Amino acid sequence: MTITEDQDARSDAPATPRQRRAARIAEAAGGGWGLILLKIVVLGLILALAVYAALVLIRMDQWVPAVLVVAAALLAVWIYSGRGRLPAKYLMPGLVFLFVFQVFAALYTGYVAFTNYGTGHNSTKESAVNALMLSAQERVPDSPEYELTILDQLGELSFLVTDPDGEVLIGGEDRPLEEVDDAEMRGGKAVALDGYTTLEFAEIVANQERISEMAVPLSDDPNDGALRTPDGSIAYVYTSTLVYDEAAGTMTDTRTGVVYSDIGTGAFTAEDGTELKPGWQIVVGFDNFTRAFAEESIRGPFLSVLVWTFAFALLSVLTCFALGLFLAIVFNDPRMKSKKYYRVLMILPYAFPGFLSALVWAGMMNQEFGFLNVVLFGGADIPWLTNEWLAKASIILVNLWLGFPYMFLICTGALQSIPEDVQEAARVDGASAWQVFRSIKLPLLLVAVAPLLISSFAFNFNNFSLIYMLTGGGPRDVTAGVNVGATDILITMVYKVAFVGSSADYGLASAFSIIIFILVATISVLAFRRTKALEDLN
Amino acid sequence: MTTQTAAPSTGAIVTAEAGVRGEGREPRRPFRKYFRETGWRHIVGVLATVFALFPLLYVFSASLNPGGTLLTANSLFSRVSLESYLTLFQNETHPYGAWFVNTLVIGLVTAFFTVLLGALAAYCFSRMRFTGRRFSLTALLVVQMFPQMLAMVAIFLLMVTISDIFPAIGLNTQIGLIMVYLGGALGANTYLMYGFFNTVPASIDEAAKIDGAGHARIFFTIILRLVAPILAVVGLLSFIGTCSEFVLASVILVDPDKQTLAVGLYRFVSDEFSKNWSVFAAGAVLAAILPVALFLALQRYIVGGLTAGSVK
Repeated sequence: MTITEDQDARSDAPATPRQRRAARIAEAAGGGWGLILLKIVVLGLILALAVYAALVLIRMDQWVPAVLVVAAALLAVWIYSGRGRLPAKYLMPGLVFLFVFQVFAALYTGYVAFTNYGTGHNSTKESAVNALMLSAQERVPDSPEYELTILDQLGELSFLVTDPDGEVLIGGEDRPLEEVDDAEMRGGKAVALDGYTTLEFAEIVANQERISEMAVPLSDDPNDGALRTPDGSIAYVYTSTLVYDEAAGTMTDTRTGVVYSDIGTGAFTAEDGTELKPGWQIVVGFDNFTRAFAEESIRGPFLSVLVWTFAFALLSVLTCFALGLFLAIVFNDPRMKSKKYYRVLMILPYAFPGFLSALVWAGMMNQEFGFLNVVLFGGADIPWLTNEWLAKASIILVNLWLGFPYMFLICTGALQSIPEDVQEAARVDGASAWQVFRSIKLPLLLVAVAPLLISSFAFNFNNFSLIYMLTGGGPRDVTAGVNVGATDILITMVYKVAFVGSSADYGLASAFSIIIFILVATISVLAFRRTKALEDLN
Repeated sequence: MTTQTAAPSTGAIVTAEAGVRGEGREPRRPFRKYFRETGWRHIVGVLATVFALFPLLYVFSASLNPGGTLLTANSLFSRVSLESYLTLFQNETHPYGAWFVNTLVIGLVTAFFTVLLGALAAYCFSRMRFTGRRFSLTALLVVQMFPQMLAMVAIFLLMVTISDIFPAIGLNTQIGLIMVYLGGALGANTYLMYGFFNTVPASIDEAAKIDGAGHARIFFTIILRLVAPILAVVGLLSFIGTCSEFVLASVILVDPDKQTLAVGLYRFVSDEFSKNWSVFAAGAVLAAILPVALFLALQRYIVGGLTAGSVK
């Protein structure tokens, strides 16, 4: 490897032999060895990590990621050990993260949007069946007693049981009972096994809760039941009141006789529509998107959120730009003194972390105790953040505070780049100050700042922290089928649907993400086209 | 502070100063003319400054109010003590000290690697010609159109899966969060740096090559020094951005001990909103000092970086 590295360094050098020799000498003199050594160590580490990761993945039956990890590591070694392949050497580190946490995340969002992933639907059918049967377990009335010893192996607990016939078996939560023959016996009861530590009485007491929740299946068929223990010394057979018929794909409740069947909705459903939870994850096609646009309880709030998102983003850009431009023009007078100080003071809101500003304003706008009501409005009771329309106005106001310094800076820069002579010529021709501004300065300015206005729009479209910290999206719309309020924008809606409250609907949230992406992307592309045209005109 | 800047409206002082710059000494203007031309600008300036500064003064005053609530915070600077700052570090359910350290560490590590990864890619795009170069540059722009925040659900589910297999880098770990942030290291940063790298003449690289330097040495010892200003800007923007990032941090970091300031302070406020207002204010002031100081110190570069490319 070291040799190829040497050649690699040389491959960039000019071709004549003399220069090549010079290159080699310089490389050797300049501590190139340290670099090479570092490279070997780093590549070795990467390979070792990849092998370890692959082994762990294989143990968990995750074959596809295992292959990917190994392939990526081999690619890295191939790229960095050989000569040439220079661009790849520089691009690979960034691209690895980009692919995993951005590209894959984006694609995965697309996939999740087409599933029913969420609370009650977060795993496979098999584990849903197991979870259902476990949750409905009851002790068999005349169950035989199993003498029990609890064993520990690397933090995982197992049951070592001696059945009434004297046979010794071991099993854990995810592995059904199997026979062992080398257990250490005491008085007809198995008490220890090689490779495991026997839990002492005190340890059993300490782990009581965990042990009482353990259910060790008797066999691969969940209908056979499982062993559970009330006290840590005797285990009994528990069977589920639910019976799973794999061939028919049905769950039958033996107490009520109701048959729940898999009708393709990701949960066992009875004829009257009641579902057994948990269900499992299935692909539901465009269901989430149809729900967003068609289901009454979601469509209403969704559409009003959509309208408000546009209004908010547009108004934010307009108000901030207007104030910023106005101030920039006011301060763009060469005769004015101490501009520098004003400028520094006015930048401060922009430098202050955005999430903090929103929280501070939320305090100032508090209806009962806030500064605005108590001091500025002399004890008035104005519901700044709890009335639907005032809350919207407050958000625009706070965003103006946050955003005008940025626009002020940009406009100042753009104004100064507009050549003086154009304006002077217009003034000489008799144009008024307003005419000069309207027909000369503004168009020139717009060409320069239009791309920034568009990105500002896109930023405000997803201005999560302002909305979430200031109003939390509230006041809440109690009639809505999803957790939204009057000031929620799309991105806070995504967050609330997925992470806030007791139930999560990842599928619906991802569908909203996709919708946001399509909207922002379309608007940006169209707007950039328009500004290109604007630029051509000038 | 703000009222002092209003003083020039007396006219005489300002016109005397006004003569220092500009073409020679201007004759004194009568007050009316002065006000119409310059004076009113100061009034606008003062109003804007009051608007900009007031919330900051308010939170600073609230932080100095010992044991204050939202209501007592309204009497600005009536009582001054550092008690709230001390209380801040003694609350066990809200470990401010841990949040602060976490934010610094996550912010610095993310900023460092963002700069490194971005600079590597920018150097590559700026100095090398290879198949797929144009395509990759455009692809980077397109990928950026789907910001990480939109993928929060997918990232959360991905981290849940990872923590089943490798708990050390999965959910509720800071390494995991940093790796997620690094997913956004390329993109806009690469473009910003790419433009700057292009302004460094390629003849410098060539000269170094002729002197026998390898590409790695050219990059690390020559180019990185020449583009230091843009590295500082990108690092700073990344640091400030990471420090105030809320969505991903709140989704990935679960334990109070592991959270960042953005997540922790939000929880703090939503838990006990008006009761401990001055403690929150103290936390906010401390949290803001570093970003604000950095920003003010480097504002010239940041503003330049922000407007680069659009304002010619």
